[in-house]
Amino acid sequence: MTGPGSVRHLYVHLPFCASRCGYCDFVTVVGRGGQHAAYVRALLAELELERQTLAPELETVFLGGGTPTFTEAGQLERLLAALPPAVEVTVEANPETVTPGLAALLRRNGVDRVSLGAQTFRPELLRVLDRVAGPDDVRLAFYYLRDAGFDNISLDLIYGIPGQEPADLDADIKEALALRPEHLSCYELEAKAGTRFAHAHGDELRRQAEAMESYFERVVETLVGAGYRWYETANFARMDAGDRDLRSRHNLAYWRGRDYLGLGVGAVSTVDGRRWRTTPRLALYLAALGAGRRPPRELELLPEAVRRAERVMLGLRLDEPLPLAGFAGEVDAAALGRLERLGLARTVPLADRDAGRRAAALALTRKGRLLGDAVTADLLA
Amino acid sequence: MDLAKIRNFSIIAHIDHGKSTLADRVLELTKTVSGREMRAQVLDTMELERERGITIKAQAVRVTWKGHELNLIDTPGHVDFTYEVSRSLQACEGAVLVVDAAQGVEAQTVANAYLAIENDLEIVPVVNKIDLPQADPNEAAKEIAELVGGEPDDVLRISAKTGEGVAAVLDAIVERIPAPTGDPAAPARALVFDSSYDQYRGVVAFVRVVDGSFAAREPVRAMAQGTRFEAEEVGFFAPTMRAAETLGAGEVGYVITGLKDVSRLRVGDTLTSERRPASEPLPGYKDVKPMVFSGLFPTDSDDYPALRDALERLKLNDAALFYEPETSQALGFGFRCGFLGLLHMEIVRERLEREFDLDLLVTAPNVAYRVLERSADWVEVHNPAEMPRELDAVEEPYVRASIIVPKEYVGPVMELNNDRRGRFDHMEYLSPERVLLAYELPLAEIVLDYYDQLKSRTRGYASFDYDVAGFRPGDLVRVDVLIADEPVDALSMIVHRDAAYPRGRALVERLRAEIPRQYFDVAVQAAIGSRVIARETVKAKRKDVLAKCYGGDITRKRKLLEKQKAGKRRMKQVGAVEVPQEAFLAVLNLDDGSRR
Repeated sequence: MTGPGSVRHLYVHLPFCASRCGYCDFVTVVGRGGQHAAYVRALLAELELERQTLAPELETVFLGGGTPTFTEAGQLERLLAALPPAVEVTVEANPETVTPGLAALLRRNGVDRVSLGAQTFRPELLRVLDRVAGPDDVRLAFYYLRDAGFDNISLDLIYGIPGQEPADLDADIKEALALRPEHLSCYELEAKAGTRFAHAHGDELRRQAEAMESYFERVVETLVGAGYRWYETANFARMDAGDRDLRSRHNLAYWRGRDYLGLGVGAVSTVDGRRWRTTPRLALYLAALGAGRRPPRELELLPEAVRRAERVMLGLRLDEPLPLAGFAGEVDAAALGRLERLGLARTVPLADRDAGRRAAALALTRKGRLLGDAVTADLLA
Repeated sequence: MDLAKIRNFSIIAHIDHGKSTLADRVLELTKTVSGREMRAQVLDTMELERERGITIKAQAVRVTWKGHELNLIDTPGHVDFTYEVSRSLQACEGAVLVVDAAQGVEAQTVANAYLAIENDLEIVPVVNKIDLPQADPNEAAKEIAELVGGEPDDVLRISAKTGEGVAAVLDAIVERIPAPTGDPAAPARALVFDSSYDQYRGVVAFVRVVDGSFAAREPVRAMAQGTRFEAEEVGFFAPTMRAAETLGAGEVGYVITGLKDVSRLRVGDTLTSERRPASEPLPGYKDVKPMVFSGLFPTDSDDYPALRDALERLKLNDAALFYEPETSQALGFGFRCGFLGLLHMEIVRERLEREFDLDLLVTAPNVAYRVLERSADWVEVHNPAEMPRELDAVEEPYVRASIIVPKEYVGPVMELNNDRRGRFDHMEYLSPERVLLAYELPLAEIVLDYYDQLKSRTRGYASFDYDVAGFRPGDLVRVDVLIADEPVDALSMIVHRDAAYPRGRALVERLRAEIPRQYFDVAVQAAIGSRVIARETVKAKRKDVLAKCYGGDITRKRKLLEKQKAGKRRMKQVGAVEVPQEAFLAVLNLDDGSRR
C-alpha cells in the first residue's frame, strides 16, 4: 500500500484551449487569456498544499489539457520550472501551437516527451472534429519537435470519424508511420452523451458503427505489422529502439494501479484508497487557492475489493499477463475456463520469485483484447 | 325481515360509465356512510382496483330506503370477469344498467345487459353523467331502450357525480324490481355467490339466502362438497361487517365459516342447516375454466418459493386463477398459470409484483388447446412446448366477439377480423352512427395484441367484449425456435398453418434484433418439426472496448463495467448464448409489419 509522501506520479491539468472541439468532454476553458497567470499561480499554490503527498523523487509528470501548449509561454515556463523533476516529463500539444520557440521552451524546462494531437491527416475529417490544425501543421509541429531534440514523440490518432472510409484510415496510419513516432495512441471516436458532437453526429455514428467495427482490428494489425508493440488497448510503442522502453511510463502507472496526484481543475487523484476529483469550475478553483484553501473536491472511497477489481480491469488492458495471486476473489474461474475455450483468454505460467514456485497469470488473446470490456465483465466475479 | 320489503340488485355498466360513483351516492343518500367516512368508491377495497378504476371482487352492501332493505351486490365491470358478474346476478332480482350519457351503449353494456336478461332480472335503465357538457341523454336513452326493450322515457337520467336523480333510482329499485321469492319456513338454503379469506377468521362466504334462515353457532353443511362447519358469525355489510342474529330468506349477507382451507368451500355451492337439511341444492354455477395461459418465472431463481407462496395466497381470493409448476430449459423453474382473459392475467401479474414484490418474467400468453393424440384420447394442452408433434387433430377455443364502433371504422375492423381468421356473424346499427359487429374469432388471435390493434385502427373508439363459444377444429402447427441449435421451449408457439411462415420469419427477425451479439455467430431458427422455415444470424461482435482509460476515467470505466455485469446477470443462458429476458417476449409483438 502506498502511504503519504510516496506518490511518484503527478498529473497537471491545463484547461485552456483556443476553441473547443465538438467531441471533447474534458474540462476545458476557451480563451480567458487574462487568467493564465492566475491559474498557474493557483496550480503552484495547490502543489504546495499537496506536496507532502509526493515522494521526494518523482517518476513521471504529465501535463494534460485542454491544450497545455496554448498556455501563455511565460506562464507555461514558470510552471514547468517550478514543477518537481521526474524521470519522464510529458506535455500534450496541439500541432498549431508548436513553434520552434515553444519546442525549445519545453526542451530547456526538462520536458522529454511530447504527445501531439494529430487525430487525422484528412482535412475534411479534421473539420468534422473541429480541429484547428491542418495536416501540414501536424507534420510541421512534428519536425519542430524533432529539431529541438525530442526523441520521444507520441501521436494521437482518432478513427471512426463520421464519413471516414477504410481508405482514409489506411492513409492516416501510413502518414503517421511516415513520421516514425516513438509512440502512437489510437482512439475510437466516442460521442459522449451531452457533447455537441454527439448531438450533431450521434445518429450518423450509430449508423456507421457496424461498418467501422473492423477499424480497431485494422489499426492493431497495421501498427503491429509496422513493428509497434500493442502494449495497451489504445497504445502502441516502437520496439526497434534497442534498450529503450518507449511505453508511456506515466500512463502505465494508471494501468498498474499506482497512486497518482492530479493538480488543476477537474483533475483526479488516487492516493491511499481515496480518489478525489477537484472541482471542474475555474472560478471556484481560483477563489479557493487564492484564499490559501484547498479547492472543493468530490471524494470517493475505494475499498480493497474495489481496488482489486480495478487492478484486474486496468491490468487486462495491457499486454503483460496479470498475476492471478491476490485476485482469487475477483476472477471467476468458471468464466475463465469458458473464455479459454473460446480462445479469448489464457493462463500462463509465471515464475514467482518470492515463492520460488510457478504461479499462474492471466492474459487475453488478441481477439480477447479486442473484446476487452465484455471479457473483463465476464471475468470479474 | 318481510320478504316484500327486500330488494336485491346489482349495478352493471361498461367500464368508467360511473358504476362505483353511483354506488357511493347510494351509500351516502341512504346514510349508510356518513359524509366524514365517505371516501370515493368505498366498495373498491384493493389498492390496485382503485388505480385501475375497476372492481375485482364482488361485495354486498345493505342499505335502507323508505322502509325497505336494499342489498347492493357489486359486480366487476370487465369482460374477463363475466363469470363473476353472472354469479353475482344470480343473487339478485334486478339490475341497474348504467350508461354514460356521452358515450352511449358500449360492448360491455351489451354483454352485461344480455347476462342480466338471461338471469331474468328486472332492468332499471339509467343514463349517467348528464351534467357533462358533451352529454346526449336522449340519444343514450334511445340506445338503451333499443337494447333492453321499453321506452326511452322510462330511462332515468342522473348525475352520480352531483347526486341529481339518484333518489329516483332508489325509488325505481323499490317500485320496479320484484321482491325475492322464497319460503322462510322451508329448510334453509343459501347460494354462495362469492367468498373471501381472512387470515384470522378463515373463509368468509357471501350468500344469498333463498329459503329458511341461518344463525350464528349453528352447524352448516355445504351440499355439493359435503363440507361441515359451524357458522361462527352471520351478518351483512353496511358497508363494514355488522353481525346479525340471523340471515333470513331473501336476504344477502355473509357467513364466517372458520374454515382455514379455501378449497373446502366453492363458490356456487348451497349452504344448508345440518339440523334440518334441505333435500335439493340450488342450481349452482358451472365451473369456470381458464382459457388463457402463460408461464410466470421469477427473474431471480431464488424467488421461486416466494412466487409459489404468493400464488397460493392470491388463489385464496381468486378462485379463477389456475397454476401448476412448470420447468423451462430456458427460464428455469416457474409456474404455468391459467387466466380468464388478458386483463385477469395483467392483474395477477401486477398483484404479484406489487403486493409480493416479485420481479417476474411472463411468457407470451397462449390459449388452451384440445389435442387428439395418436392412438390416445383428447387431452388439453396449456403450453405450446407440450404440444405433441404427432397428433390426429387439434381444437382451439373460439369466442363470440361484439365490437361497437362508429360506422366509419367498420371497414378497418372487418379487415382486422379477417386477418385474425374471424368469421362474420352479423351487424346491427345501434344508432345511425354506431354499429355493432358480431364475429366469431379464435381466442388465440385475440390474446396477443388484438385489443391494441383494434384501438389503434379505430382511434380508440371501438369497444369490445367477448365470451367463449367453445372449441373448434383448427389447422394448427407448432413452431419451435432454436438458438444456436438449442430448442428454446419458452419460445414455441402454436399458429395456424398459413401463418407459420410469416410468423416464424417475424419471430426470428425479432430475436436477431433482441439478442445481443456474442463472442461467436449465433444462428436463430424457426422450425416446424425438423424443417427449418426461417433463419437469421446474430453476427459475432468483433470489438467491445472503451478506447480511453486514464487516471480521470477509471471510476467511470468501473461503473460502466458494473453496469455491463449487471446486464449480463439479467440474461438467461440458453446453451452458451446469453439471451435477454425481453427476447422471450418477442413473440408478443410480432405484428409490426408482418401481418399488416
